[in-house]
Amino acid sequence: MINLIWVFMAVFGIIFAMFNGTMEEVNKAVFQGAEEAVTLCIGLISVLVFWLGMMRIAQNSGLLNSLAKLFRPIVQRLFPEVPAEHPAMGLILSNMMANMFGLGNAATPLGIKAMEQLKALNGGKEYASRSMITFLVINTSSLTIVPTTVLAIRMNYDSASPAEIVLPTLIATFCSTTGGILIDRYFYYRKHRNGVK
Amino acid sequence: MGVISTVSLWIIPLIIGIILIHGTWKQVPTYESFVEGGKEGIKIAVSIIPFLVGMLVAISIFRASGALDFFVGLLRPALEWIGVPAEIVPLAVIRPISGTAALGMTSDLIATYGPDSFLGRLASVLQGSTDTTLYILTVYFGAVGIKKMGDALKIGLMADFVGIVASILIVSYFFGN
Repeated sequence: MINLIWVFMAVFGIIFAMFNGTMEEVNKAVFQGAEEAVTLCIGLISVLVFWLGMMRIAQNSGLLNSLAKLFRPIVQRLFPEVPAEHPAMGLILSNMMANMFGLGNAATPLGIKAMEQLKALNGGKEYASRSMITFLVINTSSLTIVPTTVLAIRMNYDSASPAEIVLPTLIATFCSTTGGILIDRYFYYRKHRNGVK
Repeated sequence: MGVISTVSLWIIPLIIGIILIHGTWKQVPTYESFVEGGKEGIKIAVSIIPFLVGMLVAISIFRASGALDFFVGLLRPALEWIGVPAEIVPLAVIRPISGTAALGMTSDLIATYGPDSFLGRLASVLQGSTDTTLYILTVYFGAVGIKKMGDALKIGLMADFVGIVASILIVSYFFGN
């Protein structure tokens, strides 16, 4: 699926540019896109190094495990295949919390670590397991409680009440996360019933 | 607002403090653990580069050629028919594809129509309530080498759609259209 989407975006873009007379922009876009990606990764190094370092301390000291114990009852239901004592549980929880507080930069390294653990649980296979998909969907539907970036933009443009969108955002986030989980479950059980998995 | 900005200012230093104090109290070799974990960060960041370069180049071509605008134009009549304001359509389409582009569009909408207009509020809520599905998919699965992602993309995009619809309904309800 991802192969098709990827090729489609590039090929359709090029063909479209032929008729649209935007080949010059496309030329620029190729190198700008590549540069943007590398800049993004280099920028990620600082946060990744810092937060993974911090998380290693939290992991070694048992802090991650205590955190996981606290919220286990809820998360256990979302990830039935992850054993309660598994390190993946603590990492999933830490990632969710970092997301909730709008620490996007801190959330990414934790999410990657959680994915690594989930992959190990799945026997290191190259396909996404059920837990991995659930975890991804929860992440992409955004768990933000405090949308700091948006607040900053609104303040920048002299909003009379920059924070008035916090509650609506929270409700919308709740809808998309719940929706995501339900759709995820629907797909899983549909597949499961048909015996594909 | 005072409380929120104070909380967001304090939270990161607080977390760092708690981790360091707890680690010291449990007699963990803190600095060595930090370095050990940090080394992994470099490895991960470098391993993501090809995944992200591939994805961002394709997205850039798609956008720069005008193909994205073309698709938005196709969708527009249908969306307007169900009550989605046309100005928000490009943001709704871009949000799952590119985080930086979406942020740019949100700022642009807020700048053009004002932060306290219906569109300004809708853009704010939309930006805050969904995330860049394609980026998260690329980074998370890319970093650990998942090649077959199953239904992940499909479900992620559907969740985004739920978020977009919810944003429109909720903003209409809270602030009136």
